[in-house]
Amino acid sequence: MSQLARYSIRSRSLGLKPLTSQLRFNSNSSGENTTHFGFKTVNKDDKEKLVGGVFSSVASNYDIMNDAMSMGVHRLWKSHFINRLDAGMRPGSNRPLQFLDVAGGTGDIAFGLLDHAERKFNDVNSTMTVVDINADMLREGEKRYQASKWNDGSDRVQFLVQNGEQLDQIEDNSKDVYTIAFGIRNFTNIQAGLNAAYRVLKPGGIFACLEFSQVDNPAIDYIYQAYSFSILPLMGQLIADDRDSYQYLVESIRKFPKQEEFKSMIEKAGFYVPEKGYENLTFGVASIHIGVKL
Amino acid sequence: MIRTSVLNKSIINHAQLNIQKRPFVITTALTAIGSLLFSENNRLASQMERGELHNKLTKDNSPREDKPFFTRPEPNFPSHIPLYTYEKLLMFLGSSAGAFFHPERNEFIVALGESTAISPILRRLQTKMLSDPVGRELLRDQPRMTSTSLNLDHLRELPHNSIGNTYVRWLDREGVSPDTRVTVKYIDDPELAYIYQRYRECHDFYHAVTGLPIIIEGEISVKVFEFMNIGMPMSGLGALFAPLRLKKSQKERLYNIYYPWAIKSGLNSKPLINVYWEKILDQDVDEFREQMGIETPPDLRNLRKQYFEKLKKAKKIV
Repeated sequence: MSQLARYSIRSRSLGLKPLTSQLRFNSNSSGENTTHFGFKTVNKDDKEKLVGGVFSSVASNYDIMNDAMSMGVHRLWKSHFINRLDAGMRPGSNRPLQFLDVAGGTGDIAFGLLDHAERKFNDVNSTMTVVDINADMLREGEKRYQASKWNDGSDRVQFLVQNGEQLDQIEDNSKDVYTIAFGIRNFTNIQAGLNAAYRVLKPGGIFACLEFSQVDNPAIDYIYQAYSFSILPLMGQLIADDRDSYQYLVESIRKFPKQEEFKSMIEKAGFYVPEKGYENLTFGVASIHIGVKL
Repeated sequence: MIRTSVLNKSIINHAQLNIQKRPFVITTALTAIGSLLFSENNRLASQMERGELHNKLTKDNSPREDKPFFTRPEPNFPSHIPLYTYEKLLMFLGSSAGAFFHPERNEFIVALGESTAISPILRRLQTKMLSDPVGRELLRDQPRMTSTSLNLDHLRELPHNSIGNTYVRWLDREGVSPDTRVTVKYIDDPELAYIYQRYRECHDFYHAVTGLPIIIEGEISVKVFEFMNIGMPMSGLGALFAPLRLKKSQKERLYNIYYPWAIKSGLNSKPLINVYWEKILDQDVDEFREQMGIETPPDLRNLRKQYFEKLKKAKKIV
């Protein structure tokens, strides 16, 4: 009996159901119908569901795992992102800003932005809409909101379940700042997400994306890859009892376009990208991309 | 005379000054020219000339040109995740710390078991199985236990003293199901992985045949029993370290009653991994115990109940 046949019988007798065995595989894997899910190839229709499954299972431990995996550096990245955006209604201005935080799930960027606006500009009028495609992640954010000071009855913060590629409940030309931190890499169609961002921003609005990116320096890249592919899934296995989600995470980081390529995608959506357009953080492990709708 | 010496001195000074200046000048010049030649703009311009800069809108699923630095070997069976030795070591360290402080969390026990079930030990078990006819049958058939493969409803209808009925009554009493056994992922050889999987799945049968419950004392006792009989390192580690976190009364009970029972019974009984449980479900459980040389220990739940009742009475009197 061939090796493959033995393994297929064994897999059935072992009662195994690897994540992608439930999906139909196209034998010709044409670019039309399939996309990547980490290093696996899946149908485009299924990717959304698979990503949803990943985030539902990591939602409760999300912040602990982020701290453990990045050794706290993700907080530095996020606060640099917020400080650099420096968003807030300036004193003397008469119109509050409308923020939109996409894939904002647990709300750390959203609350950070509001905090910065209040501390630096005394802005207590700008509104924030937090959207996420995954209701479990959004629920974590809402829980945090209930316990926070923003929950003062002024209705400044709104939570919506939305698909970032459509944003159907957000009107055109309605937002001043669109932020997405560590979310766009999970989109099935990244260009569609960028196009939706262009649609909802007002002219003059800013698109800001904080995302994992590629490390240029090969020596550091070697260490980074060894760390991400062996330590991170192990942490996921021991701390969160979920090796597969963290394996997906590191594979999806690798699949994400490089800095210059992503910059071209932002330009294709119609944004004006100021000089250089991206800022590498920690040697390129993360990167902030900026675009302006003119 | 004076004029020549002055002239010589000035020549010497000039020469010295030149010697000191030259490396400084060269270095500075190189740095300045280098930063001009290799500035960000020039670098990007060269990339643009080579066509590597613009129009890089590739499809989402095109592979990246550079090979990743970190690759894993191919899996040997469908659920296999090949780990490097240092990863297994890290998994051992992390899971042993976790299992010591949180033995109720299954992921630590699972990871500890798989990281300590090293090849020599599994090979020894494989030899043990291969030298017994039932063991050989097990390795040939490689049966797996799930609630459907065991057909729990049928087992409930078997006679009270049969192995199958004892098992299903134990399952119901403790509130567990045979489906919660995790698949083996980190053992590299497929047959050794099966042996470990079989060991994991038969654990509940050992509980049922000895009557020990799933509370921590019961688990530790079964682990010692297993260690003495089968020899898995994880059970040995559990036997050594797990009781350290228990209360005094629990430790007393364990060390005085259950450890001696487990050690004696484990050593004296026949190898438990060579039991084809699925085929002997309708056999009488007492006959089986006699055949295998297994004694039953005192009922742990009853002992604990008696102990707590004594405490309550003592408090009432005082």
